[in-house]
Amino acid sequence: MTAKAGTGHRPDGKHGKRRESLSAGLAALGPGLWFLLFFLAPLAFVWVFSFGRQAGLVDIEIVWTLDNYLRALDPLYLDILLRSIRLAGLTAVISLVLGLPVAVGIAFAPARWKPALLLLVVLPFLTNLLIRTYALIAVLRSGGYVNAVLGWAAGGLGLPFEPLPLLYNDAAVVVGLVYVHMPFAVLPIYAALERMDRAPVEAALDLGASRLRAFWTVVMPAALPGLFAGAVLVFIPALGSYLTPDLLGGADSQMIANVIERQFKRANDWPFGAALSLLLIYAAFGALALGPALAARRRRMR
Amino acid sequence: MGPVPGPRPTRRRFLAGTGAAAAGLSLLPQAAFAGEEPRLNFYNWDTYIGETTLADFEALTGIAVRMDLYADNDELFARLRAGNPGYDVIVPTNDFVERMIAADMLMPLDHAAIPNMANIEPAFRDVAFDPGRRHSIPYMWGTMGIGYRKSRCDGVPDSWRWLYDSDRYSGRCALQSEAATVLGAAFKYMGHPLNTTDPEIVEAAERLIIAQKPHLKLFAPDNGQDLLLSGEVDLAMEWNGDILQAMEEDDDISYVVPREGSIVWEDALAIPRGAPHPENAHAFINFILEAEAGAAIAKAIHYATPNAAARALLPESYTRNPGIFPSAETLAACEPALYMGQEAARLYDTAWTRIRAA
Repeated sequence: MTAKAGTGHRPDGKHGKRRESLSAGLAALGPGLWFLLFFLAPLAFVWVFSFGRQAGLVDIEIVWTLDNYLRALDPLYLDILLRSIRLAGLTAVISLVLGLPVAVGIAFAPARWKPALLLLVVLPFLTNLLIRTYALIAVLRSGGYVNAVLGWAAGGLGLPFEPLPLLYNDAAVVVGLVYVHMPFAVLPIYAALERMDRAPVEAALDLGASRLRAFWTVVMPAALPGLFAGAVLVFIPALGSYLTPDLLGGADSQMIANVIERQFKRANDWPFGAALSLLLIYAAFGALALGPALAARRRRMR
Repeated sequence: MGPVPGPRPTRRRFLAGTGAAAAGLSLLPQAAFAGEEPRLNFYNWDTYIGETTLADFEALTGIAVRMDLYADNDELFARLRAGNPGYDVIVPTNDFVERMIAADMLMPLDHAAIPNMANIEPAFRDVAFDPGRRHSIPYMWGTMGIGYRKSRCDGVPDSWRWLYDSDRYSGRCALQSEAATVLGAAFKYMGHPLNTTDPEIVEAAERLIIAQKPHLKLFAPDNGQDLLLSGEVDLAMEWNGDILQAMEEDDDISYVVPREGSIVWEDALAIPRGAPHPENAHAFINFILEAEAGAAIAKAIHYATPNAAARALLPESYTRNPGIFPSAETLAACEPALYMGQEAARLYDTAWTRIRAA
């Protein structure tokens, strides 16, 4: 797959083509091996487990049953999956809305600032996810920094103040997911804009287009591939989050990955957990296919 | 996914293998080679040992202890499930002792090598989850109960009702987030045994908790003490040791075991199969059961010790603390959680998924 894509736009000519495809094949060997070893092989285990049956505490019998899938298709689990897709989708949209201005700002910043600005975007990754989530708890809780500032402001104005319930609800989960995943939205948009030819922007401005109009008609189309990539890169990990809903969510904030986690831990039902995981993977693939399909439809409609 | 094959190469095996034993060396008494290397790998909970316990043990025996930490029983179980990665002593909770025995993951103990077992209180010498104590030695015990902020509660909330069946503290309370624990306390509140597996009773408990959900702030992932300290909630279902630590930081926090009864748990020392240093492990367990060592640990971590000799050395502030040692009457209403099998685990988990999704 990778090799084919790599030779698609190469110059024609019989010998050249063969040599090209050979070297492309060799180049694809590395990623191909990686893909096989770290993606397909573990996934094959999960796939096989999903047709099994937990026999006793540690043994799993592979009996090629569909029971785990039938149980996973129960409306109970499908509703949780849909809920998770909604939360992850909302996370992706907010991350793009917030990430786009950041990416544009960095792409059009003076060249000597860019490395520092990019570093700022990825800097949070130096801190462990768990610690960043606990930090967010300190910011959002009733006695946290946000409520402390609001309370201080209300006190100054002589207004009554009840701390806002910023934590332990779905909004807190989305805030947490956006906080964690936004760099995945910023970087691909930045990459797309960085490759963009700057001349049309200047031409548009010289010919009297407003800045907004120039942005909308020239910059946005160039940013689109980055927006799609960013949406996917945020949506997929957000869909599989379990720590964030666990720590920031309220009594209702269960996502599908929380259910899966329990199957591999306390419920000790690996086959069912495997079936749910695959269902999640299929949903993610579905979302991946949806992006290009929507884009194709847009092109057709034009 | 089977257990890791083969024993590890101990020094004795290594010497035998190199042929060194074939020469004059083989004339030496066997005992010279029988000793294990002076090392021990201890897999324990965080903040769950005395400040100098490990150093004292090394000073006494010359055995260096390396301690790794785990956060919960699931992590311990998952780590050992596919084969022991090299641990000699672990500290599972009673229902996981039971699971690990059932899965043949624990080595039978040689009681002759643990003479300090005589220090253990009689009530702990034979238990349902490990008959005859063949695989586990009691380390610490405690209860599940309600941690609460005194100034924000009307009297002592000494019933599960306030968390499970009341709007009195609406939006100010938290339950735990582990299915069997939360369902178990609901069973006790409804007057059933803790380890109920009757689907109708499980369903009734599910309805009770779903009806209570609007009044719950969250199902806390075992951090009730932090929620109490930060004022996020005023009542939290939590293990006693966690609340006792919070009580040291804040006088306004207290702990009570509900009168309907609750979970009494015990963490036990055990030797996992495949342990590279079983002799050292026995010596270590025996050392922990010494009166002084046991007292130092209990003093540091504030959990109830099952060690009568250690308890005799401790001050009244510890031995008469009702948060650590509940009254005999309260304790009589408490039960240990048992491992009820795969079907029950699935029943509980499905009920829990529905509760969280409702």
